Formats: sequence, structure tokens, C-alpha cells
Amino acid sequence: MSCYQTVQDYAFRAFGYGERLLPRSDFTLCEQFTLIGSGMMWNIYYGTVAVITGFLFANLLAVGKNAKSPWARKPAEWFIFLFRGSPLFIQFFFAYFLFLNLKSVSSIFDPLSSAWLGALIVLFLNTAAYSAEIFYGALRSIPKGDIEAADAYGLTGWSRFRKVMWPTMMRLAWPAYTNEAIFLFHATTLVFFSGFPAWRQKGDALYYANYFADKTFNPFVPYPILAFYFILLTLVIISLFGVINKRLNRHLPQERRRKLRLRPNLIR
Amino acid sequence: MRSAIFSYCSDPATLETFQWMSCYLTTGKHMAFYVSFGTVLLLLAITAPTALMFGFGGAMSARARFAPLSWLGRGYIAIVRGVPDIAFFLFFVIALDQGIEYLRHKVKCPDWDQPIRQGSDFIVCDIAKMPLGDSPQWIHETYGFALAVLTFAIVFGAFAANVLFGAMQAVPRAQIETAEAYGMTHRQAFWRILVPQMWTYALPGLANLWMVLIKATPLLFLLGVEDIVYWARELGGSKTAKFTAYPHPDWRMWYFFGLLVFYLAFTRVSELVLARITTRLSHGQATLGGEAQRKAS
Repeated sequence: MSCYQTVQDYAFRAFGYGERLLPRSDFTLCEQFTLIGSGMMWNIYYGTVAVITGFLFANLLAVGKNAKSPWARKPAEWFIFLFRGSPLFIQFFFAYFLFLNLKSVSSIFDPLSSAWLGALIVLFLNTAAYSAEIFYGALRSIPKGDIEAADAYGLTGWSRFRKVMWPTMMRLAWPAYTNEAIFLFHATTLVFFSGFPAWRQKGDALYYANYFADKTFNPFVPYPILAFYFILLTLVIISLFGVINKRLNRHLPQERRRKLRLRPNLIR
Repeated sequence: MRSAIFSYCSDPATLETFQWMSCYLTTGKHMAFYVSFGTVLLLLAITAPTALMFGFGGAMSARARFAPLSWLGRGYIAIVRGVPDIAFFLFFVIALDQGIEYLRHKVKCPDWDQPIRQGSDFIVCDIAKMPLGDSPQWIHETYGFALAVLTFAIVFGAFAANVLFGAMQAVPRAQIETAEAYGMTHRQAFWRILVPQMWTYALPGLANLWMVLIKATPLLFLLGVEDIVYWARELGGSKTAKFTAYPHPDWRMWYFFGLLVFYLAFTRVSELVLARITTRLSHGQATLGGEAQRKAS
């Protein structure tokens, strides 16, 4: 079977298109590259959707945590503590079994116990909590002068937040937020290793890499392929976020612009 | 009937809710579940110093003046950046196992002529197996646990190496120059001046790392150790009266809720302890934290 044929068969296997049976013996390098790459699409799906939705919610949480009123502050603080203080792995497990229980209550909750929605919700809440902490830190470190200048211009309330505080908050938070986004994409590999089942062997990149490692009993081929894909993805994220970073800092003199630096931050 | 802690547990079906619970939560399997919390703590207690040692070695070699050694150290630090850590865990556990068996095979069976990799099989001679096929169960479990510790130490060693490398760079350059002006050799300046001073700079990073290490412990489950996640799944699943004296529906949600609370409490306690250590260590230091303390008193 030629490599072209393999790509045709398995390129969209992770979404259930193409050949139904996974290769069972005589694994070629091409098959491993194609299937693991096919699984990568799930990682990209989870990561992208969770980053975008989580970003919006994180802004709300950060402002909430910064609020004076305890009615806004306490829930935000607890939410952030809950999701940052416990392992994502356990959150996945708990959420999955919670969704299973909900499923028996009403059939409205059916899609929650499948990975594409259930895991996405967990990732969304998790990244919202982590990002909110970053944004909150940035919000607290907005230079006093910026706020005073806004006051001097007569800006108050929403327009002050929208025009002065929010852009500065983003600018300060962006390098740390880039790291958060990268590690969120890495965290997407946990989905199919927690409770969520890979239905009809439609899994993510790590699921297929693990499949090959189990079948061939040789970890030295599939995992480096996975690493290759993830390094590629990381580079893409860095360059995308770098463009935004440049735009956020475009009003600053050249030497004060902050470069993005990738710092190895961590598992959750 | 198996021996139980409370005498009234001999016939659980007749008991009231509270008594039933007290019996249910003290069965042999639940005891194993509680012991597995100890496994997690043991893993942390062994891994943290080991990872710190790995990290120290990595940071030292990254600073080495001998270029290949420096590349090795930097490569070790850099390699954990782009790749999901869970992939490392899954990779190292097999790779270490096979690596050890391969080395033992080369030493113990030098006249073995068949290839080790035959298609999908990894075949070494019998006396090179790790652990030996006829060894008792506890050796298998200990070996599995040791592999898990080593894997954790390698991965977290890289994180620690990065923190320590940064801390070593953060010690003011003038300190080293002064040491060299006093005639200390490179080695002496490193051990007597740099290492004692770097810990203040390393502490925030190491504290963060400790929190992350706590949160990584459920991954033990993926390495095949019977840890709290394993038992929570095992015990929580629905049981029918056919197989157990304590039938119940699917309670896995509640077991994992318990684990969630355990981790939250653990991180909270760690946070408080680490905050106290930070205050203690920054006392009298020429850093922002130390300066703030001086002004406050």
C-alpha cells in the first residue's frame, strides 16, 4: 500500500472518515505519521475552542476578582482556587462521572458525556481559571499613572476600562498568557486518558501514539512523531501570539517593547 | 465472611445507613485505598529530592564551560518545553524498562544471537528480565513504583534544572568576581559563593514546581501503579449483590469528588507552608521581600 493511499485512508480517521479498521500489523512510518497527525486535529480543536472561549470568561473572572464587592470577588476567587488547586486529570474524571450521572436524569445531558463537548467544557473552565489569575495579576500591575491620566481625561467606568485599563492589562499579561495557551494545548492530550472514552477509536494524537506504542512495543517511533507535531504546533502558537503581542505593544518605543519568551511552565 | 473492624458488620444487608457506611468504608479494599494515599505521599517524598538532584546536575552541566556538556544540559532543559509531559511519562516508562532489560541482556547473555526486536516483540533472554519472571508480586510492584519515581524525577528534574539555572544566573556577577579576586578557583567560587546564595532566587520557582508536582501525582495511574485514581475507579464502579456484600450504584463521581477535595486541601496546606518558608528565607536578604520586612519591623 502506497503512502498516498494511506493518507487517503487515514487522514481524517480521527473524525471517523476513511478506513474503519486501524492498521493491525506491519506498521509503516507513513501510517504512524498519518494517524497521529489525524489525531492532532482533535488537539487543535480542543485547544482553539477552549482558548477562545476561556479568554472571554477569564476577562470577566479577572475583573470579578479585582472587584470591591464580595459578591463578585468571592465567587471568582473560589472558582480560580478550585480549578488551579486541583489536578486537571482529576477534574476530567470527576466531570465525566458527573456527566454520566446527569445523563440518567435527562437525555438533554447526553452530549455532555462524550468527549467533544464534555472534555471541552472542562478545558474551558480550567483555562479560564488559569488565565484569569494571569489577567488579575496584570490588572493589579497597571501603572498608577495610566489610571491617573484616564481620570484627568474624565474617563470613568466602562470607557476607562475599555480604553485604558484593558489594553494595558492585555499588554502586560500577554507573555504569560502565551505560555498558558501553549500548556493548554499540551493539556488536551489528557482527554482520552481520563474517563472520556474514544468512541470507535476516534482519538487524539496521544491516543494513536499510545496505540502504536502498545502494538509495536516500541516507544521510540510514535512518541518522537508526536513530539515533532507538538513542537510544530508550539511554534505556530508562538508566532500567532507574537503577532498579537507586536500589535499590543505598537505604541511603545522600540526598546521598551517586551519580547515574548517561552518559559517552561508546567503541568496542571 | 472476611474479618471486619466492627463486630456488627457480619451481615451488612440488615444495617442502617450510618452503620452500613461505617462498615462499607472499612472493608479491606477501602483500607488499600487509604494506603494508596500513602503511596502518593511516598512518591512525593522520594521524587522531590531526586528531581532536585537531577535538576542540580542539569543546571550545573548547562553552565559548564566544556561545550558538549553544556549542550547536553541545555538540551535536557529544552526538550521538555515543546512536548506534552504526559507523552514523556508514557514514553519513559517503556523506554526505561526496555533500556534496563537491554543492558542486562548484553551483560548476562553475550552469546545470544537472535535480534532483540522481532517485529512487534521485544525479546531478551530469561535471566535478563526485569524483574525476574519468578519473583514474587511485591518485587513487581516495587519495580513498577521505582520506574515511576525515576520517570517523575527525569521530567521534573528538567523543570528544576531550568529553575536552578535561572537562579544561578540571578546571583549578582560581582559576588563571583569578588570570590575570584580573593583567589578562589572556579570550583570554590561555585560551591562556596554561588550555591549558598542561589536558593533565595530559586525558591519561588521551586515552590511553584512543588505545587505542580503535587498535581502531577494522579499520572501515576497511567504508569500502572495502583494509586488513588486506580482505587477510586475500582471501588466506585457499580456493584451488584452477586459479587459483594455491599451493593451500590455507580459512585465513581463521589470518589473522584473526594480526590478533588484531597488535592485542594493538600495544595492549600502547601501554599501556607511555602509562604511561611519564603518569609523565613527572605529575612535579612538584599531582595525586595527582605527589604519590605526590614521596613515593616
